[in-house]
Amino acid sequence: MATLTTHPDCVPLISYRFGKGATNIDKYLELDGYKSARKALEIGPEAIINEMKASNLRGRGGAGFPTGLKWSFVPKQSAKPKYVLVNGDESEPGTCKDRLIFEHDPHAVVEGVIIAALAIQAKMGFIYLRGEYRYLIEIMERAVADAYAKGFLGKKIFGSDFDLDVVVQTGAGAYEVGEESALMESLEGKRGVPRIRPPFPAVVGLYGGPTIINNAETIATVPHIFRIGAAEYAKLGTERNGGTRLFCLSGHLERPGVYELPMGYNLRKMIYEVGGGIPKGRKLKAVVPGGSSTPVLTADEIDIGMDFDQVGKAGSMLGSGGVVVLDETVCMVEFALRTMKFYQHESCGWCIPCREGTDWLKKSLTRLHAGGAVDKDIDDIRYLAENMLGRTFCPLGDAAAMPTIGFVKKFRKEFEDHLEGRGCPKHRAAEPEPALV
Amino acid sequence: MSTQPAFPNTIFSPALAARFDRLVTLYPVKRSAMVPMLLYAQDEVGYLSEAVIGEVAARLGVSELDVRNVISYYSLLRTKPVGKYHVQVCTNISCMLRGGNELLEHCRRKLNVENKGVTPDGVFSLEEVECIGACSWAPAVQVNYDFHENLTPSSMDKVLAEYRAKAQNGAK
Amino acid sequence: MADVTFTVDGRKLTAPAGTLLIEACRAHGIEIPAFCYYPGLSLQAACRMCVVRLEKVPKLQTACTTPVAEGMVVTTESPEIAQARKATIELLLGNHPLDCPVCDAGGECELQDMTFRYGAHESKFVEIKQHREEQQWSPVVFFDRPRCILCYRCVRVCGEGMDVWALGIQNRGAGSVIAPNKQDHLECEECGMCIDICPVGALTSGPYRYKTRPWEMSHVGTVCAHCGDGCKTTLGVRRANDGMEIVRGDNRDKSGINGDFLCIKGRYGFDFANREDRLTQPLIRQENGEFKAVSWFEAIEYAGKRLREIRDAKGGASIGVIGSNRTTNEEAYLLQKFARTVLGTNNVDHHRTADYPAFAAALNGKKEASLRDFNAAKAILLLGNDPTEQHPGLAWQIRTSVRLHGARLYAANHELIKLRRQATSFLHIREGDYAALIGYLAGDDKALESNGVARAFREAIRKEESLLIVFGAEFRGREIEALTKFGASLSNVKFACLGDYANSRGAADMGLYPDLLPGYVPVSAAVQLGEEYGALPARAGLDLVQMFDTAERGELAALYVVAANPVSRYGIDPASLRNTFVIAQDMFMTETARLANVILPAANLYEKSGTVTNTFGDLQLVKKAADRGGVRTDFELIVRLATAMGADVKKLVPFGKQGVRADFGQARGAQSGEADRHGVWLAAHHLEPKLSPFDPFAIFDEIQRLVPAYDVPRLDLLAGNDQHLHSGLVQIANAGARRDLVLPSNDTLFSSGTLGRYSRTLGSVMEARKPAETAAD
Ligand SMILES: Cc1cc2nc3c(=O)[nH]c(=O)nc-3n(C[C@H](O)[C@H](O)[C@H](O)COP(=O)(O)O)c2cc1C
Ligand code: SF4
Ligand code: FES
Repeated sequence: MATLTTHPDCVPLISYRFGKGATNIDKYLELDGYKSARKALEIGPEAIINEMKASNLRGRGGAGFPTGLKWSFVPKQSAKPKYVLVNGDESEPGTCKDRLIFEHDPHAVVEGVIIAALAIQAKMGFIYLRGEYRYLIEIMERAVADAYAKGFLGKKIFGSDFDLDVVVQTGAGAYEVGEESALMESLEGKRGVPRIRPPFPAVVGLYGGPTIINNAETIATVPHIFRIGAAEYAKLGTERNGGTRLFCLSGHLERPGVYELPMGYNLRKMIYEVGGGIPKGRKLKAVVPGGSSTPVLTADEIDIGMDFDQVGKAGSMLGSGGVVVLDETVCMVEFALRTMKFYQHESCGWCIPCREGTDWLKKSLTRLHAGGAVDKDIDDIRYLAENMLGRTFCPLGDAAAMPTIGFVKKFRKEFEDHLEGRGCPKHRAAEPEPALV
Repeated sequence: MSTQPAFPNTIFSPALAARFDRLVTLYPVKRSAMVPMLLYAQDEVGYLSEAVIGEVAARLGVSELDVRNVISYYSLLRTKPVGKYHVQVCTNISCMLRGGNELLEHCRRKLNVENKGVTPDGVFSLEEVECIGACSWAPAVQVNYDFHENLTPSSMDKVLAEYRAKAQNGAK
Repeated sequence: MADVTFTVDGRKLTAPAGTLLIEACRAHGIEIPAFCYYPGLSLQAACRMCVVRLEKVPKLQTACTTPVAEGMVVTTESPEIAQARKATIELLLGNHPLDCPVCDAGGECELQDMTFRYGAHESKFVEIKQHREEQQWSPVVFFDRPRCILCYRCVRVCGEGMDVWALGIQNRGAGSVIAPNKQDHLECEECGMCIDICPVGALTSGPYRYKTRPWEMSHVGTVCAHCGDGCKTTLGVRRANDGMEIVRGDNRDKSGINGDFLCIKGRYGFDFANREDRLTQPLIRQENGEFKAVSWFEAIEYAGKRLREIRDAKGGASIGVIGSNRTTNEEAYLLQKFARTVLGTNNVDHHRTADYPAFAAALNGKKEASLRDFNAAKAILLLGNDPTEQHPGLAWQIRTSVRLHGARLYAANHELIKLRRQATSFLHIREGDYAALIGYLAGDDKALESNGVARAFREAIRKEESLLIVFGAEFRGREIEALTKFGASLSNVKFACLGDYANSRGAADMGLYPDLLPGYVPVSAAVQLGEEYGALPARAGLDLVQMFDTAERGELAALYVVAANPVSRYGIDPASLRNTFVIAQDMFMTETARLANVILPAANLYEKSGTVTNTFGDLQLVKKAADRGGVRTDFELIVRLATAMGADVKKLVPFGKQGVRADFGQARGAQSGEADRHGVWLAAHHLEPKLSPFDPFAIFDEIQRLVPAYDVPRLDLLAGNDQHLHSGLVQIANAGARRDLVLPSNDTLFSSGTLGRYSRTLGSVMEARKPAETAAD
């Protein structure tokens, strides 16, 4: 069982009910549960969307798209049914936050779905969970069943005229399925290959109907916005970056863990105060600020606020909130290789640049790491990554290319140290071939 | 609702068959049940046998080729049996930084199997996996669906010992 | 849709709104490279080769998925774009085997061409390439995995185009692989579309692979010899020991009525022509019953002499002539003319596969549908027949129009035919209920057991603003009459009657009937045929069945069989021909040939020139592609027989007369491209080249004159374009009263009458095929 870690700077908004037994629907109701949904039902679609816009909530799935704006793209009239889809596929390395929400506050997700469905007048919602989270599937199914039993889902919810069905769906191991259009394919019982866009899901999504798809944390945040009010919520964060988010601190820290902190929280403080600093008195080398696909920041680039705009300005991305901290002992080539192995393994294979690029880069980095590369190989690695960037069918290719370019650019010296029969300084002693193929 | 099973000659347990009968009704399109159906079928049968593929295809009204196309896409789905306890060691970045590779190596030696191998007694199988969503509690391992986190080689030993004991008790 | 104006590389272009940029550019001669894009198939945007720059858009965009819009400004070539494409090719070539010299696609490989164009010739890839063994998936399909660039064209053409869905994609990432439906092999229609559409050498054809380099072949566009659809095929031929051998068939240039489609028969079924057991020497049966090889002179003199003796002694009425469904129009025409004017008999017939005379009579001014019409139809009513098996080209067109143009298919059948999957409405009726069905459609509620489906079916059809009605051999005589009458009550209707073989329709149009002359002129009205024919026997002759009955009674003195195997087809007792002098013209020692007194080795449709008419009344040019030493065309053989009988050949074949005709050189050899061009030029200038009596075009004039519907623009025909006949053809009334001798051949996708039995590829496919359902069915 995973638990939240706290620190005096934490703001328990999303985590308000964590550890309080809120998986039980009665307990959830006791803790202000389903009040927001009732409120939303009262105020109607337009007001819901306005409230969402005012909250400055930006998607927690990675791209940070303003949630209220996304919802407003859904056409009011549609010949095809509309859907709400919760992205709980959480697979970005360094990220383990949605898991906590499902585990501790499943009804917040259900309530979020209700509000989203009301906002766009969808009659059906899906909560998609990665297959590895089996124990959460059971928790979520229980929560949905309880909500049905109470009349919060199903026909005439809360005694209104509104019908809403919710289905909990499972994945089966595929990072790419976290990508929104691939997720829809998976939900339709197909291979998780992304779709051509435009049209965007808000217009043509699941089963061809207008669909809003949001990250689980985004959706779970929605009831809290209605609980405390959009203005209050927005104030918690920074400009255009409302509220709080769950940051997943991992790697070389004294106190790794998932913390709820306001948007814009200083990264240095996050590492040294919240996370307790680097163990064994070692020095910080680098930080991957938002999950494995975000470009690395060096030790001197951490004086920034952790919101989408500031991290963006620093040349990286806030991504999914997975802050991975690397101390001075880390071999950056090994780290780059491990990152690329992941993308090679997870590329769906649809488009040429990503399929071939990740495979090739993994091979080159493996060779470089083992000491079989020459100078030109480093340039070629960068060349390949740069030629993948922006050319792939979906952003997974970028997710593989961007960090690679960052590693080579910022740690070139270390790459050079690996050349010509020398291999990884850290692994000079013979090391077995990496196992994952 | 009728309680007549939709698939009289099913190879699944009555409970699972009933679940599948219902599952296909939940979606606007039957086929949507494919991924969960395969996952649950695998949980019961151990892997996706020819018979499972055949029945899933028939239940969803798609070709077996379609089912195979889907199975081969998802890394949790497999067409060959694994051990009773499938030990999945994450070596992705957060785990790697905190000893994931060493843990994998440790398991490999301890169980005396290679990556994706099965112990001769069929109790354990080992697989190096990608991020399982336990980064803040790294290094982490999933045995079947159970998470084991903040592991060290010695706590890993304990975990394995527990499963071995369970296997022995279960066998009796 | 309305046109929009946009700018590409500085040029102002217009195209209908919504057109894909890649298509709009192609239409204006701006070629944007692509591997995965294929017109008519679903979009993939997977290869990323078609990237272009759109003004004000930050990233390069794929032209294959971008619809043109008003004011759009596009750059399709720039250093940035060239670099993107080059990099994509470099990535593709990373793990790609660079074995072009031994690759079957070498010289015809899109990857090779792109590499050349974008100069990705220097490889950065130094890792070990992943090798995989080649796999054989079926008798005709081989798969070489490392060569596959995953453009998914094969998967799409098989699924979307063919509705077979036998190919899938398995695994993911770099491990992605195209997979056949039966794990290690394919179970499908073996059409070979996947091979054809593969831009590289990943999918190769069993019969063709490693036989030749593409540039060593000559390519001749002609018409498939098998079913009645008359698909255009381009035959790749190359020199062999005893002539020109066919090594490949395809229609990559989409130049015909079939687009790029060919079924297994069109693509591989030409191999009967290459068989070593072809007859290549004339044979005469000896006293002891054995055949003896003789010279052409001896064989023809002997056959001609005997025929003349019999005619002179017993009269023309004692001689029978059986023509073919697979010879050209010119040959069919000449054969009946020979029978009527030289042998003096109306005992002419052929294996009838559809009741064309009844159809012609019933049409009577109504419109007939061309195969092309099915491609862009709004609504189609399919009655009887199973086009998937018997008219694959038509089935392809129907699927295409349903898929791409939203056509509505209404099908009624006594079998659950596969095309029901494309049908808006499918009506399952009893085998004997076709006539009743028409009655019902026409408004007689009691004709058919009425139910909701039937009623809705009828309602829907009646609401259609235009309709193509196509029917199979379930319809004859009166039913055809009733059907056309019903059709006439709807608006904008066109009809099509389905017969079986490459020139079944031509055989009928050309008068291979005992009671009908060319153009369905009743023999009693022979005067209309004019001077060429002179006095003709005015009474109808014996039909095919009667001929054998007469022979059985010992009253048929001679039988001349041209490219037909009635003995097998009609289950004739060999003994019934013991008193008949039989001349057989054939490629093989068929059941009929075996009973002959003289056997004349004949060329087939791929080895001659002329015209054929498909079952839809589309007239097409047949060009000589292959050649076999020791055989002659049926045309030549008929002329020679006539000569040997002492007939006036100038009357039989009006060569050297006034009029525009041209020898296309086809009679002289396969490599006739040059002579061909001369012929077209001469014809265009109303000049008459020298003609020989063996040139089928010598008689084409007469056909054009006497068979009114055949009066099509000649130059266009000669240029290789199909011409739809505008029938004004019919000159008979109450066809419904004629004796019905239609014998549908019930061929499947893998059979083609006697001819098909001589195709090794068809044989091997049938052997490999276990009786099982098609994929995804
Ligand atoms: C390769 C890839 C993987 C992704 N994985 C996830 C994921 O696991 N969870 C998630 O919420 N979003 C993921 N996303 C982002 C989604 O596409 C989508 O932007 C998000 O679910 C939208 O929700 P939000 O607006 O609430 O952030 C992924 C995107 C890409 C390109
Ligand atoms: S970038 Fe291309 S291959 Fe990679 S995951 Fe996206 S679509 Fe698939
Ligand atoms: S043709 Fe556009 S991506 Fe392949």
